[in-house]
Amino acid sequence: MKKERLVVIGNGMAGMRTVEELLQVAPDLYDITVFGAEPYGNYNRILLSPVLAGEKTLDEIMLNDLAWYTDHGIELIAGRKVVGIDRRAHTVIDDKGAATPYDRLLIATGSDPVLLPLPGKDLPGVVTFRDLADVDAMVRACEDFTKAVVIGGGLLGLEAANGLLKRGMAVTVVHLVDTLMERQLDPHAGRMLQQSLEARGLRFALPAQTEAILGDDRVRGVRLKDGREIEADLVVMAVGIRPNIALARSGGLHCERGIVVGDTLQTFDPRIYAVGECVQHRGQVYGLVAPLFDQAKVCANHLALLGYAIYRGSLISTKLKVTGIDLFSAGAFQGGDGAEDIVFRDETRGVYKKLVLHDNRLTGAVLYGDTVDGSWYFRLMRDGTDVAALRETLVFGQSYLGDPGHGGASASALADDAEICGCNGVAKGTIVKAITTNKLFTLDEVRAHTKASSSCGSCTGLVEQIIASTLGGEYTKTPSEKPLCPCTDHTHAETRQTIVAQKLKTIADVMAFMEWRTPNGCQKCRPALNYYLLCAWPGEYVDDSQSRFINERAHANIQKDGTYSVIPRMWGGITNPKELRAIADVADKFRIPTVKVTGGQRIDLLGVRKEDLPAVWRDLNAAGLVSGHAYGKALRTVKTCVGSEWCRFGTQDSTAMGIALEKMTWGSWTPHKVKMAVSGCPRNCAEATIKDFGVVAVESGWELHVGGNGGVKVRTTELLCKVATPEEVMEYCGAFLQLYREEARYLERTAPWLERVGLAYVRAHVVEDAKERKALHARFLFSQSFSQTDPWGERAAEIPVRSEYAPLKVVGV
Amino acid sequence: MSKWTVVGRVEDIPPLGARVVRTPTLDIAVFRAVGDRIFALEDRCPHRGGPLSQGIVHGGRVTCPLHDWCIELAAGEAVAPDQGSVRTFPVRITDGQIELDLDRVTLRAGAA
Ligand code: SRM
Ligand SMILES: Cc1cc2nc3c(=O)[nH]c(=O)nc-3n(C[C@H](O)[C@H](O)[C@H](O)COP(=O)(O)OP(=O)(O)OC[C@H]3O[C@@H](n4cnc5c(N)ncnc54)[C@H](O)[C@@H]3O)c2cc1C
Ligand code: SF4
Ligand code: FES
Repeated sequence: MKKERLVVIGNGMAGMRTVEELLQVAPDLYDITVFGAEPYGNYNRILLSPVLAGEKTLDEIMLNDLAWYTDHGIELIAGRKVVGIDRRAHTVIDDKGAATPYDRLLIATGSDPVLLPLPGKDLPGVVTFRDLADVDAMVRACEDFTKAVVIGGGLLGLEAANGLLKRGMAVTVVHLVDTLMERQLDPHAGRMLQQSLEARGLRFALPAQTEAILGDDRVRGVRLKDGREIEADLVVMAVGIRPNIALARSGGLHCERGIVVGDTLQTFDPRIYAVGECVQHRGQVYGLVAPLFDQAKVCANHLALLGYAIYRGSLISTKLKVTGIDLFSAGAFQGGDGAEDIVFRDETRGVYKKLVLHDNRLTGAVLYGDTVDGSWYFRLMRDGTDVAALRETLVFGQSYLGDPGHGGASASALADDAEICGCNGVAKGTIVKAITTNKLFTLDEVRAHTKASSSCGSCTGLVEQIIASTLGGEYTKTPSEKPLCPCTDHTHAETRQTIVAQKLKTIADVMAFMEWRTPNGCQKCRPALNYYLLCAWPGEYVDDSQSRFINERAHANIQKDGTYSVIPRMWGGITNPKELRAIADVADKFRIPTVKVTGGQRIDLLGVRKEDLPAVWRDLNAAGLVSGHAYGKALRTVKTCVGSEWCRFGTQDSTAMGIALEKMTWGSWTPHKVKMAVSGCPRNCAEATIKDFGVVAVESGWELHVGGNGGVKVRTTELLCKVATPEEVMEYCGAFLQLYREEARYLERTAPWLERVGLAYVRAHVVEDAKERKALHARFLFSQSFSQTDPWGERAAEIPVRSEYAPLKVVGV
Repeated sequence: MSKWTVVGRVEDIPPLGARVVRTPTLDIAVFRAVGDRIFALEDRCPHRGGPLSQGIVHGGRVTCPLHDWCIELAAGEAVAPDQGSVRTFPVRITDGQIELDLDRVTLRAGAA
């Protein structure tokens, strides 16, 4: 079959990122031709500032050199401009008059710098700051001249001014309003920035408006409205950019400020796509790369004929790339209606932070002087996390989040030999070295190379801080919500929605429909998909045991020597002589080396050989003991205290309540493990307030507490509500669990889930809306009707024993 | 003694799963990867000796159940940046029968 022809206009960051994404998902779909007005391959435009400052060379900023295009069979026509689009003939016309046909067209023409219509604007020595040619012109000017004026005190202007200063020029920045970078910074941070730039030798005229550029055959200065004149041999205009839409408009495409596209990045002509700064999406025009990369991914998905990705717009953050100045800004920093500010200011240390909140959600952040928490704040904003509980310490950053066992120190303050990852014994110095020598940029890369943060994950924040501080001002891509695993670009939420919407019923169907990159996934996505399918189609989905971690596959916990441990259920922590005798007999009969009381009120038999498991279970079953699911992302234990039956303070029968809850919930599969407890009075001997679902009895009824965690990071529960009867306890518990089962990400416990969605969200669904609570509870019970068979019993009853527990063959004896 | 030892049939191993062949000197994990490709490796992770047969098989790799190292089934090499390798054994399939090439040393305690 003849391939379709894809023509790309614009050889810049957005266009080429789209082509790269396309090659990843559909390498052979198109013959690709790229037109680029600039006479080179594709370079990283944002690093022009370090090139100007002499901190990087041209070679270091090339993204795709000419060989890359050849290697990928792409025809690059560099140094040639497209001047017309003939949409009826499906061709583009270039500046040599040649017509090139297309089946699909991608417009990525970027922006043009704004040139103020001032007298003298065409004089030699007046430049803009957009491309390599501009940088060349500036560098050459620095060799022959000594004085420069930069018009514009925004991000670009300041980076240009800093570069020229570093090359020995005396530089004055002229800026229209009285705050630098007024679109990113509030006046206070703007002033601090100005002070530290002044300390480096930059001069400022602000607020000030340029009236004319002076000179005869070359610039010699500028004149301001107030009459002042400033001498200059070089004038850089950095007053803004304007989407480059002339070509699209002449081709009859609908344009407003930019080329108007829909959520699929298609223009009004469905054969023609557009991405990058030239685009207007939902009224928004972007001038930073992160959103363009999001667009590129979605556009590639549609060009590859997959057709399910949707671009919903992007949240953006800004950093200033002036070495030695730490500045971060994201979201809206002006309050407005219903907004609250949290401000931190330490003039001596030169630190200023301002956080803007709406309804307990972070909507804006400006950080000056200390930006290590920028990415954390950005994540909170992007995820819409409820920050009510963090509010008191929010402004001090992530390391203040009470993280027992990890000292709460900020990464930059730590010594090189400080241990960052306790699980894998990785010191700060090792991480820093790995980042610099192997040129690592992302958390995943650092995990792969050093193992730091790859186990329990409690040090993730610290590792992220180290990456941020090691890479410094250098560009770090902030991905939008993380993909499920490297096999796919889809997030957990997208995957779950697609499973339900498309009625996908097997792992293979999900991978085929959602275009997994790998033939059968990996150890991360397969267990997640298995769970999502199980949750979506109770009773219908056929569990895929090969997609489960060994513990769940074997229904026992693997130990370091390859043996297993066996923990039978003890309902609500209650046992009796018969059960204890059976446990003792089993331990004798199979010569089990260790019998231990667990932290979950039951007994662990440790060191069982895999081939003995079915027989051990058979004996335990005979005494009525069933699987405790100590191995599963499932309901674990329901701890109880003795309660009103015996205790002199007990207000309700907490033991019976615990047993009833365990009988209702055992056997359920959940995103991560779930632990519950019931205490008979507020003395809380069952430690209900660090459980996923905790119940505390009081005279008048039962308090229900949710989202506790006693593990890596201790978190106490939040009070969901109070109810009067045991029936209500059961109903609320079922509803809460079902909401968690249906909405949390795989391997997300209730604590982080609750932090992400907020208690108010859970209350709205489980407490305030009785109809929904009952529906959730009913769905939980429906799903339970398929999951309450003892897996041990099933396997132990099979004779001959299921082959997976026996060796394939014993040879040579 | 013939060079090849029959250890079972392809269907005896679950797709994307593994079974163990015990020998007097070591355990061998026999994997059934995508497309019914069969691989035999010593059942000992180069990291800390985890039983590879109990891991999750994906593509041509297995992830060790103890600490998530990934091992290439064909070469027995750990996937970078981890480093280490595990012994592999030649496999051939005859009429659906899996046969391993087990040398004398492996079978020492018995056949010798
Ligand atoms: C056996 C037991 C320790 C003991 O001897 O008491 C235990 C043993 C393990 N725990 Fe635990 N935990 C045990 C009670 C706990 C408790 C206490 C409790 O449940 O009241 C906690 C803290 C409470 C909590 O979870 O909030 C606990 C927090 C953890 C964590 C951290 C979880 C977290 O969210 O931070 C892990 C790691 C994980 O799940 O990823 C973990 C993981 C493990 C694993 C599964 C490690 C592993 O992946 O192999 C251990 C399995 C050993 C085995 O084969 O039996 N274990 N573990 C306890 C079994 C209880 C039971 O009867 O089922
Ligand atoms: C100095 C500087 C610093 C920056 N710093 C940052 C930063 O720190 N962080 C950040 O996120 N962003 C930064 N940006 C912005 C970022 O570089 C842009 O958002 C991004 O490059 C836009 O990508 P694009 O593909 O839309 O446009 P471009 O990268 O400009 O690519 C468009 C290309 O199309 C070509 N073209 C246009 N018309 C035609 C035609 N008719 N025929 C053929 N070719 C054509 C142009 O020559 C150009 O090469 C910076 C920009 C500059 C200039
Ligand atoms: S039982 Fe729990 S605390 Fe003890 S070593 Fe294992 S994971 Fe760590
Ligand atoms: S023993 Fe295999 S990863 Fe540690």
